[in-house]
Amino acid sequence: MFEKKELEKIKRERARWEKTCYLRLKNKYPERKEKFENLSDVEIKNVYGPDDISNLDYLKDFGFPGVYPFLRGIHATKYRGRLWTYRQFSGFGSAEETNLRYKYLLDHGETGLSVAFDYPTLYGYDTDHPMSRGEFGKCGVAISSLKDMEILFDGIPIDKVTTSMTINGPASIVWGFYIAMAENRGIDRRIIGGTIQNDILKEYIAQKSFIFPPEPSMRLIVDTFEFGYKEIPRWNTISISGYHIREAGSTAIQELAFTLGDGLEYVRWAVKRGLNIDNFAPRLSFFFNSHNDFFEEIAKYRAARRIWARKMKELGAKKSRSLLMRFHTQTAGCTLTAQQPEINITRVTLQGLAAVLGGTQSLHTNSMDEALALPSEKAARIALRTQQIIAEESGVTDTVDPLGGSYYIEWLTDKMEEETYKYFDRVDKLGGVIPAIEKGFYQREIAKAAYKYQKEIDEKRRIIVGVNKYKMDEPIEIPILKMDEKGEQRQINRLKKLRKERNKQKLNRNLNRLKKAAEGDENLMPFILDCVHSYATLGETCQVFRNVFGEYEEPVIY
Amino acid sequence: MEHKIRVLVAKPGLDGHDRGAKVVARALRDAGMEVVYTGLHQTAEMIVEAAIQEDVDVIGLSLLSGAHMTLFIDVADLLKKKNIDDVIVVGGGIIPEEDVPKLKKAGIAGVFGPGTPCDDIVDFIKKNVKR
Amino acid sequence: MKDISSKVIEGDPRAIARLITLAENNDPSAANAMKEIHPYTGRAHVIGITGVMGSGKSTLFSELTRVFRKKGKKVGIIAIDPTSPFSGGALLGDRIRMMELAMDEGVFIRSLGTRGMLGGLASSVYDVVEIFDASGKDIIFVETVGVGQAEVDVIKIADTILVIIVPGLGDSIQTLKAGIMEIADIYVVNKADRDGVEQTVAEIQSLVDITCSDKNRKTPILQTVANDKKGIVELVNEIENYKKLLEKTKKLDAHRRQRYEAELIEIIRKRLMNFIFDESKFKDKVESLINQISRKEVDPYTAAEEILGKILK
Repeated sequence: MFEKKELEKIKRERARWEKTCYLRLKNKYPERKEKFENLSDVEIKNVYGPDDISNLDYLKDFGFPGVYPFLRGIHATKYRGRLWTYRQFSGFGSAEETNLRYKYLLDHGETGLSVAFDYPTLYGYDTDHPMSRGEFGKCGVAISSLKDMEILFDGIPIDKVTTSMTINGPASIVWGFYIAMAENRGIDRRIIGGTIQNDILKEYIAQKSFIFPPEPSMRLIVDTFEFGYKEIPRWNTISISGYHIREAGSTAIQELAFTLGDGLEYVRWAVKRGLNIDNFAPRLSFFFNSHNDFFEEIAKYRAARRIWARKMKELGAKKSRSLLMRFHTQTAGCTLTAQQPEINITRVTLQGLAAVLGGTQSLHTNSMDEALALPSEKAARIALRTQQIIAEESGVTDTVDPLGGSYYIEWLTDKMEEETYKYFDRVDKLGGVIPAIEKGFYQREIAKAAYKYQKEIDEKRRIIVGVNKYKMDEPIEIPILKMDEKGEQRQINRLKKLRKERNKQKLNRNLNRLKKAAEGDENLMPFILDCVHSYATLGETCQVFRNVFGEYEEPVIY
Repeated sequence: MEHKIRVLVAKPGLDGHDRGAKVVARALRDAGMEVVYTGLHQTAEMIVEAAIQEDVDVIGLSLLSGAHMTLFIDVADLLKKKNIDDVIVVGGGIIPEEDVPKLKKAGIAGVFGPGTPCDDIVDFIKKNVKR
Repeated sequence: MKDISSKVIEGDPRAIARLITLAENNDPSAANAMKEIHPYTGRAHVIGITGVMGSGKSTLFSELTRVFRKKGKKVGIIAIDPTSPFSGGALLGDRIRMMELAMDEGVFIRSLGTRGMLGGLASSVYDVVEIFDASGKDIIFVETVGVGQAEVDVIKIADTILVIIVPGLGDSIQTLKAGIMEIADIYVVNKADRDGVEQTVAEIQSLVDITCSDKNRKTPILQTVANDKKGIVELVNEIENYKKLLEKTKKLDAHRRQRYEAELIEIIRKRLMNFIFDESKFKDKVESLINQISRKEVDPYTAAEEILGKILK
């Protein structure tokens, strides 16, 4: 990148500077640590210069925004053209309560919706299933049927705003609820937009809300890819996620490598089915974490863009739109503390800013009460305002990829890409993504990293303000979300009524047809939609799949 | 005599977040305890049966989904029903301060929320085991 | 009030669990109970299972147990994991797959740390086998730590040894330590629906042909797909047939003798070590001798002879 003779001069000057200015000062006033390492154990130098990125070529390795390899962004105008979507993950209790929260957030300036489901829903159980005991509405909204979905979006213009749904095992069915809900409102399925998370590989690796074994799960996912690009063209049929992997304790490099690795695996399966990569690839999307190390996170997003573009080209993608790594970001829940919760606002601000400087397409900022309960109205509002301040007041949106060219950032981006390829190799040697999962490779890497992190905190080698330094003993005085106690019974009554009032013959016929299709290899989405329209519950539909596909038990990794 | 403290670390209900449970298990192991980990999706019956067969001194419950008032108390109640009084139950996860008194009243001896140093859990167990 | 040994013989789970704990901790009260239950032992078929991580041992265990349960047999499972040499603690994770199985009152699962024992077993495993046996278990599975040349102590305790292999795990039979491969009474190739199973079976077969010394019985190689419950009934049949053969040829008695020998040695070793290093009147003497060795005032052999001399007097 730099003229050879200039570079030599710079290198000589650095050597001189290190021996004189730097060492002289360091000997007199030692640095705060022996070694500075970031959260991925990469050693960070005292200062970076042109000599650290001299092997990189601007046009080949960076490019301008909107041009391969998309390091500096996937859009030429980025936030100058359109700001990122404010998309706050949200849901609790019954559909009625969450509907009100969505309206509140939209009123306060949210520009995209994001649904959090409760545990029974995530596992494909209706509210009245025995396994749902105690779990109704506790960590998300309970959706057991099309009826609930209709209530959830009552009065919300889904033809104008897009919806992201964090659902994995039963994603195809819940997507069916949404599509059917739109159709019942007379909205053309070709204009509804949104995302289903639908990323089962990371469930096996980190989040653990899987239901079926890998093969049938991948089949369902490829079915959604196909149905998506043919029938619901504005929908992102997958959000390939690193957020949960990071929350489970992985390093940033692991988050990067494991997520992109998962993405490539989905592509391979779809191609194996016979789908044309340029048909479905434009609708693949990603979901990353935004953690504490400010610059590492920015480097991570940039590296992700470049790696994805390069690898997709290798896999045969020809269209430019198939190479774009579009991503949503959520600030790191696991970094937020129960102690002195107000200061979480500051953490979230830094993390949100990193995501913006990294070029995220949409963003969720956590609420300050993250470590205590589901977000209260006030906390959710402050989190939203945080994004709005970054967008409107900080000036960082006035130019594309403002940190491009920073010696540190470019060096770190490159380093993270290099380490990612090493992980790709290791997984390859284990036989691929799914064999690596079954051998417990990812799970062990993550558990190791999580334990190391905790030890560093316990031994005060890593400081968490308010937890192991600057502690205070004071009672928590922020409002905690209280949910409607009658919500669960209301839901159960609704289910009873629904089961009584629907046409049982039609329902059973559709469930049977679904079963036969599941046993074969037709695309299951149309069959799912038929069941949904005849008011099959989530649990009933999922049970068909449980019966045909079986349930997955994770390998014993401890 | 070589009495090692035996701990059952369990994840009741549907919550799949096992990072904390695994970190605490390792910390207890490093403190010299034998830690039996149950894995995910445990019912109170499965947990108590394991506690009996493994003759543990401590049951540690980890839950981040908000269902602790039901599921933790289920375990404490079942222990009472079976007249098991030499096992202490501790819990951790996302548990609002205001729920802690109710949990303690129901028989949960200690509640360790986010930010608790692992040493605190180790010390509490060592001080409070009944055997 | 019934005492613990009667309760164990009746099969009371809490008594079983408690006696195991007392024996494991070398509690003095354990010895009497162990003496009282011994006459009730000898019936159970002890099956040792060893295999690499990822061989699907846990699923295989569960399926085998289910089939034995259908036949009305009571099953005890001993799952052994390594104790950390640094902290003395252990992560015992073998129960994970079997939590629901343990709800069956005919199944009892106990996890043990090796607590310093090498060889793949735990020091108290003989006691646990006796306790399970006396409490009426027909089948006792002993799952040992890892697979390696040092982890062959399972031969001391088991009547029958299963070695589990999987095709294509990346380790060919040649690289598996020869010791572990030779101790098998039955080879089980699990995940037999995978690629490479024929080659794996062939490799084991050639090993069997070379090493098998018993002219009456070539070690059989069975294939299973535990996840799909395939091959399990055949495996159970082979295990039961093998037990009948052991009884017929009196080999069972030879195995049992080996176990009792190992058990006797272990009890003596534990008592001796306890006496020397834990009993207070000896402990001080031992401490002072170690200090003397450190100060080069006495050599280790002389010190040892001094201690032994005091005991043997």
